[in-house]
Amino acid sequence: MSAALQQADPMDVRPFRIEKIRKELSDVFTMELVPEGGGSFAFKPGQFNMIYSFGAGEVPISISGDPADPSKLIHTIRRVGAATEAIGNLSEGMAVGIRGPFGNPWPVEEVFGSDLVILAGGLGLAPLRPAIYMALAHRQRFGKVVLLYGSRSPSEILFPKELEKWRGRFDTKVRVTVDRAEPGWSGHVGVVTKLVKGAGFDPLHTVAFVCGPEIMMRYGIQALEDSGIDRTGIYVSMERNMKCGIGLCGHCQWGAPFVCKDGPVFRFDEVADAFKVREL
Amino acid sequence: MVQVDNLGRILEEHPFAQGLDPALKDVMIGCAANERFEAGQFLFREGGEAKKFYLVRSGVVAVEVHAPGRQALTVETIDDGGVLGWSWLVAPYKWTFDARAQTLVRALSFDATCLMRKMESDPVLGYQVMKRFVPVMAHRLHAARMQMFDLYGPAKKG
Repeated sequence: MSAALQQADPMDVRPFRIEKIRKELSDVFTMELVPEGGGSFAFKPGQFNMIYSFGAGEVPISISGDPADPSKLIHTIRRVGAATEAIGNLSEGMAVGIRGPFGNPWPVEEVFGSDLVILAGGLGLAPLRPAIYMALAHRQRFGKVVLLYGSRSPSEILFPKELEKWRGRFDTKVRVTVDRAEPGWSGHVGVVTKLVKGAGFDPLHTVAFVCGPEIMMRYGIQALEDSGIDRTGIYVSMERNMKCGIGLCGHCQWGAPFVCKDGPVFRFDEVADAFKVREL
Repeated sequence: MVQVDNLGRILEEHPFAQGLDPALKDVMIGCAANERFEAGQFLFREGGEAKKFYLVRSGVVAVEVHAPGRQALTVETIDDGGVLGWSWLVAPYKWTFDARAQTLVRALSFDATCLMRKMESDPVLGYQVMKRFVPVMAHRLHAARMQMFDLYGPAKKG
């Protein structure tokens, strides 16, 4: 990593040039960014950046690229509001501002030696992709590696080519399900929690990373616990209204923790109580 | 023709029979048949009389809904080890969905009239069968509720 690119002041916005834009789904796109003036950008899987669209605002977006390749900064973004809409309207060659990387990462290296279950729903696959890259790069350090992914429909599956590629490996189990499908889809149909049963991991020696909409995580965690995985072995990535990114402004406070600083990745037993509070 | 003892072995291998008393398995086998469906073939269609249920041994069955002017919509798939069909337990005993083999399917089918008669005369068998169907029904209901939630709806973060 280029030491020159380490951010001295976390509030400093650095300009990055959009090198490539790829449409993933009707409302989801992936941007490849490079720092203006060169350099690289190191991060850990699960971390996020604040992306600033000049004149429109700043949004927290998880990094979806490969942590082993710091030459490109990759973000996968859904158009859901004014800032993401403005970012989505930019073209290749234009610039965005970046602050980061922020947050607590997926503990990939810390769980070497375990079976690894990755449970993702919808766009939740994007924040998990760096962890998948890292786990597969160190595949021999894990027991079984299982990726369980749920999507609304076949046309809304994120990163389908990579899912196929990962499934083509002889050392990784990839199971994909959709909520509903029209003729032509020969895969699984049903809720993602159904995939947990029969996934073939050893629950006593398994760590699970879970990311997706909160309601999906709630049911996903329940299915993982029902399968015998202890809640100390389950990690979740939360999302709240991150603003400063460094635990000062309080916008993303979730009970005692700040999601931007203490998360976004939490060990589930540490936040299980907060999960139950409806107003949080 | 598959022999009765072979059917018994097939039933024993299915998760449905886990923990079932061997004598009750033998009683059930008297109502069972081994069936095979080619990909694309329908196991049953909506509105038809629900005279059977199936224990899927291998393959994938798509549970589909049809609406006029629209393509069939698959709402669930049932694969190895799954249980297909509980309309035979609930009046008016009509299938409420289509079930189509998505791949080659091998399944044990059970004659509902035969089994129901045995369940009526043997409450222990009746209880054991119901005990295995209630979780299937509960899971399906839970899954249907989750699908209503639109679990993968837009999130704020990328």
